[in-house]
Amino acid sequence: MSLLSIEGLSLEIGRHTILRDVSLSVDPGQIVGVIGESGSGKSMTAFSVMQLLPDGARAHGSVMLSGHDMLALPEAQLCRLRGNEVGMVFQEPMTALNPIRTIGDQVAETILIHERASKSEAMMRAREALNRVELPEDRFPLTRYPHELSGGQRQRVVIAMAIALRPSLLIADEPTTALDVTTQAQILDLLKRLVREDGMGMLMISHDLAVVADMADEIVIMRHGEVVERGTCPAIFGQLRHPYSISLLEASTHAPDRQAHTEEAPLLRVRDVVRTYTLPRNTLFGAPGRVEAVRGVSFDLKRGESLGLVGESGCGKSTLTRAILGLEEVQDGEILLDGEPVFTGHAPNRAVRRRMQVVFQDPYGSFNPRHRVDRLICEPFHLLDAPPRGEARDAAIAEALTSVGLAASDRYKFIHEFSGGQRQRIAIARALIIKPELILLDEAVSALDVQVRAQILDLLADLGRRFGLSYLFISHDLSVVRVITDRCLVMKAGEIVEQGPTERVFSDPQHPYTRQLIAAAPDLPEIA
Amino acid sequence: MLRYTLTRLLSLAISLAVASVVIFLAIEILPGDPAAFMLGVNAQEDTLAALRDQLGLNGTLWERYVSWVGGMLTGDFGTSYTYRTPVAGMIADRLWISLPLAIYALLLSTLIAFPAGIWAASRRGSAADVGVMGTTQLGVAIPNFWFAMLLVVVFAINLQWFSAGGFPGWDEGFWLSIKSLTLPAIALALPQASILARVMRSALLDTLSEDFVRTARAKGLSRRQALWRHALRNALIPVLTIIGLQFSFLLAGGIIIENVFYLPGLGRLIFQAISARDMIVVESVVMLLVFAVILVNFLVEIAYALVDPRLRHRA
Amino acid sequence: MTDLRADSLPPQGAPVRLWGRALRSRNLVVGALLTLVFVLAAVLSFLWTPYEVTGLDIANKIKPPSWRNPLGTDHFGRDILSMIMVGARVSIAVAVVAVGIGMIFGVPLGLLAAARKGSLLDEVIMRANDLVFAFPSLVIAILITATFGPSAVNAIIAIGIFNIPVFARLTRSGALTLWQRDYILAARVAGKGAARISVEHILPNVTNLLIVQGTIQFSLGILAEAGLSYVGLGAQPPTPSWGRMLAESQTMISFAPHMALFPGLAILLTVLGLNLMGDGLRDLFDPKLRGRT
Repeated sequence: MSLLSIEGLSLEIGRHTILRDVSLSVDPGQIVGVIGESGSGKSMTAFSVMQLLPDGARAHGSVMLSGHDMLALPEAQLCRLRGNEVGMVFQEPMTALNPIRTIGDQVAETILIHERASKSEAMMRAREALNRVELPEDRFPLTRYPHELSGGQRQRVVIAMAIALRPSLLIADEPTTALDVTTQAQILDLLKRLVREDGMGMLMISHDLAVVADMADEIVIMRHGEVVERGTCPAIFGQLRHPYSISLLEASTHAPDRQAHTEEAPLLRVRDVVRTYTLPRNTLFGAPGRVEAVRGVSFDLKRGESLGLVGESGCGKSTLTRAILGLEEVQDGEILLDGEPVFTGHAPNRAVRRRMQVVFQDPYGSFNPRHRVDRLICEPFHLLDAPPRGEARDAAIAEALTSVGLAASDRYKFIHEFSGGQRQRIAIARALIIKPELILLDEAVSALDVQVRAQILDLLADLGRRFGLSYLFISHDLSVVRVITDRCLVMKAGEIVEQGPTERVFSDPQHPYTRQLIAAAPDLPEIA
Repeated sequence: MLRYTLTRLLSLAISLAVASVVIFLAIEILPGDPAAFMLGVNAQEDTLAALRDQLGLNGTLWERYVSWVGGMLTGDFGTSYTYRTPVAGMIADRLWISLPLAIYALLLSTLIAFPAGIWAASRRGSAADVGVMGTTQLGVAIPNFWFAMLLVVVFAINLQWFSAGGFPGWDEGFWLSIKSLTLPAIALALPQASILARVMRSALLDTLSEDFVRTARAKGLSRRQALWRHALRNALIPVLTIIGLQFSFLLAGGIIIENVFYLPGLGRLIFQAISARDMIVVESVVMLLVFAVILVNFLVEIAYALVDPRLRHRA
Repeated sequence: MTDLRADSLPPQGAPVRLWGRALRSRNLVVGALLTLVFVLAAVLSFLWTPYEVTGLDIANKIKPPSWRNPLGTDHFGRDILSMIMVGARVSIAVAVVAVGIGMIFGVPLGLLAAARKGSLLDEVIMRANDLVFAFPSLVIAILITATFGPSAVNAIIAIGIFNIPVFARLTRSGALTLWQRDYILAARVAGKGAARISVEHILPNVTNLLIVQGTIQFSLGILAEAGLSYVGLGAQPPTPSWGRMLAESQTMISFAPHMALFPGLAILLTVLGLNLMGDGLRDLFDPKLRGRT
């Protein structure tokens, strides 16, 4: 008999139908991956198992966990099962722990709430659980507070809480989405090991096909609250039938059609750039600390080239981006666009600035919600000495909007009327409107669902060809950098550790860090 | 924690120093010569000069400031211009009414607000929640001196449970004094309790929607357990801030309530002093009140650090 | 469930739809109606009141409510309804101007502090704010009105000064969150300076916060004005004010409770109306926070 069996589960919240006739099952020792884009209902499926649904949610159908009918049990009995029979790991480790209680206390609570254990006994077992998630006692005593740990370490604490009582089912809701790729690989290894050791069943929720493909025994693909496809992994990738899952797989491996039109002359030249920050003083009279965010970085970006800049969070790539954009002055070195310095004296050089633009990651935070689209995309005109007016302005707006695949009439709308993908198109239109030569793409597709991401990548390739643009593509996502760039730089701790043609870097990495990064990145099985 | 406390102490000292300068200058720029005011219009020039000398009004601004602050540090607040008695003694007498009144009101307010706020938050949307929110909405809107007058009508004039005003003095018995402070304390506490209950409720609702509360629920804690063990302590920080602000408000807000109940507290003293241009008394009372506010802020910040370990490591 | 705690700052709904939602919000409608009643009464009092409020009519003194005087008369025989109408104008004027003072000085200071976050200027502005907060507001109000003479204008100044740090802090904290947004970065990439960004991007997006806080400070201003005129430091006779009406009624409360009841109710209902309106506006601008406060 299955450990978890969901049959015909439907869920409504208010007037909205969230889930429709969802069925899936998990056996002991089995890892089942649930895949879907945002809004597919994958997380709500997980919360239905826990019966931790938002107020006003109504679930129908059947959810059987180890013989318990979760939809019919009273709250008191559900509490007895949660944490004991089923544990859960969440997406955002930074906020998943109570900031004012020690990690030992929080792990021990799982034990104390379910068993008649003494406080010291519970603490001892909390220690064991933390040891099992590879947080050894010498570096991670029970008295640590969450704010003293990194994101990956906090996620380990959450996992320790979930497995402290050796539940028979573990639910992981996007457990690595908020983490860097090397940390992600470690957490996934840990989860696999725990599942194997305890013979647990695991329900793994993710938007990332590759992450799930790496570890699941069975895969369930969801869309709009329905299961569209399920099957064993990796065989399923060879026999997808539903058009949605086929397009999802295609989008995940999508490589836009593009050739390099690189000229030899460098457009952007970065030489020995150093940027240090002064930390706030820790003591009243002590010397303030310093952080070297960028430590002597040099590279060239050729005209017409698409250059990737890869690195994990905190490696200094954002600081470098801001320095290139002329938002921050560097302490040492120089940044030249076509031979002109980005900073002249201590002021940003407007003549240089108008030749480059940027697209940011967050399609929701990138626009002033109070302005209409035309005003939003015309903002860069501020850089021109004689910005176009009247008909010339209208024509520029229409051209920018149509070239990113939107209608010219969209200029009268407010930003909230657009989806995430459309917003990113508007962000690109804003960058295009003053006809720059270089566009910096700062994690520009990282927040998008795979299918939308594939469309935006196609658009970028197309625009690059049509307008002869050069791109600096900053991302933590190796799979994206691989398909959109000609050359790439690998950055670690403020330094560029490796650079070269993208294919060479990926197929034959030289630096140990590059090798580690590439090994950590999850791959889709090679089935076409 | 030690470094945190020391930093806070330092900022307490700086605030006090700045506040004392501001108060001193504010009083200095006031029109009118206290000596002339005390002696009346017919005073002789030499008597005036003698009195100015006696009152310490003749030095430079800086000398007078130093002697004022120096005096306060050694417990000498100077001599009242009108009563010719030490200010320290006058203030001490009045403080023994105003301070107990503020503490009494704060206790009442907290004792009402905490259960009400927690109750409303834990039953969000229920009749209990709607009832608490409606009552507090009224409580926030009611002017406290008017509420005090209503209390007098009901409990002093009609029911005759309490006297309508006055204060017997602590020598006449503890409970008798407490009894005479009860109506003023209730009048002060009700609007404050309403604000505090609303803050408590909204802070709790905020923390209850935090991820870590969901984590706690996933461990098997019931709603109630998650609220008491995880949400409550986290919700205390905004609540502590409000309690700190309220204490100073209660101490000063007593001024009007003291008027309603004819209580001889600091409020009455400051009114008398202002109308008599007895600026040394005004100066000292204001400084004392500011000192109380800054001290309470300091204690609140120490309390933050006790609640939140993240602060202990910060300087 | 994954993201219920989004930010409270930017409005997500189109302005057009706000009106429909506004009319369905019970708090907002009740609050706005209550406030409107008193504002209209104040406006009307310039043109017409049932009786002269300056004229004495000793023959009719201390009369309980009747057809002739719906809210009764006071110890000089003045009509209490007329006095409440005229008193509304003082209360509302004092509170409006005090909120105005707070916004005119506080908002630019807050914008400036946020634009230069961490600088000496920011530090000075914020410490100055703390200092104002350290002075018990009522004491200082009493001090100001007592020194420069009791009058409505001095009451306005006294209350207004304490609104400055309130708006400065609110603006700064709202602005600091907004400065983190990518659209501010985009504006900087477009070469816009801090002043321009503050006016063009920050200010319009903190207006909701300011409106909500404005109604709250408005109601606190009414309460403060009532308190000051109760102790004789507000508007001076013969201008009627709610606080002084209460003070005058105090000695007669045992035999003429109506004299204390109606001015107190006027204060209570005005403040209640403003608070309900503030809550309603907050819900309207930020549906995610509905029912929180």
